Amino acid sequence: MKDDKLIIAGIEFHSRLWVGTGKYKDFPETKKAIEVSGTDVVTVSVRRVNIIDKNKENLLDYIDPKKYKILPNTAGCFTPKDAIRTAMLAAEAGISKLVKLEVIGDEKTLFPDNEATLEAAKVLVKEGLIVFPYTSDDPVMAKKLVDIGCPAVMPLAAPIGSGLGIRNPFNIRIIMETIKVPVVVDAGVGTASDVALAMELGCDAVLLNTAIAGAKDPIGMAEAMKYGVLGGRLAYKSGRIPKKLYATASSPLEGMIGS
Amino acid sequence: MEIMLNGEKKEVTDNITVSRLLEILDIQHQRVAVELNEATVKKDRYATTTINDGDALEVVSFMGGGLCTIQSPR
Repeated sequence: MKDDKLIIAGIEFHSRLWVGTGKYKDFPETKKAIEVSGTDVVTVSVRRVNIIDKNKENLLDYIDPKKYKILPNTAGCFTPKDAIRTAMLAAEAGISKLVKLEVIGDEKTLFPDNEATLEAAKVLVKEGLIVFPYTSDDPVMAKKLVDIGCPAVMPLAAPIGSGLGIRNPFNIRIIMETIKVPVVVDAGVGTASDVALAMELGCDAVLLNTAIAGAKDPIGMAEAMKYGVLGGRLAYKSGRIPKKLYATASSPLEGMIGS
Repeated sequence: MEIMLNGEKKEVTDNITVSRLLEILDIQHQRVAVELNEATVKKDRYATTTINDGDALEVVSFMGGGLCTIQSPR
């Protein structure tokens, strides 16, 4: 597995588990969970600086940008305009040219607005950003995003924070067969078996946040996710046996007593 | 003159530069990004970009967040 590298837009990613930084109890817990998960990709949101209370601690005091690849996101944006503004600001902060483009289309399901995402992606790719778009598990949409220059796509497994796991593994498979760039499953993962399944399907990476941060023991779950990804990836690379309806004996039938 | 700073009214001296305003606010240039009237201001332009009366300025940085973490969508 040592030569099992994930390279996107010339950047080498050492972990196939990417994590978010929201919903943790505090920054020390965020830091610990991220360390235990073994990830090297951390997604962060872009928000107004607290002008009144400037002494508030900064997330980047805990997450060292030299150690982790910072993936700013446009979480919370409902229009291409807001997503573009947010992504451009993130790039100008000078830490990363990567952006996880998220344009939400519905408040209740937090499903992406694919049309708006494509529109924003076109602009940001032209601006020289490395755009990873969050999208529905729709192969046609994924292809359109790749065609305009996205070096990876991030189809959802299930609604954000739902913990439902991969609802449509067949679509994820079709996406992987349709496009030639890495597929990172994003959103809706609930537990270690969900990430293992994503890996077994052949996905290149998984991004999750709530599944760790919202677990009873986030540090324990961070470690479970690490092994889920490793186990799933190794299983994928090793080639599973085909499913069959009837039994196949695994012990030799010769030499049995009474025969 | 009055400007909008992160969505709130703020009284500042006339023709103040972005870099002077950040200094007054005691905000380090590193790790923040600035937007003036919805256009990103490059870091090397902070010293030469002046803010005018009624301008809207946004100063942002990276916060915790994974996927959509909005509270109240517009």
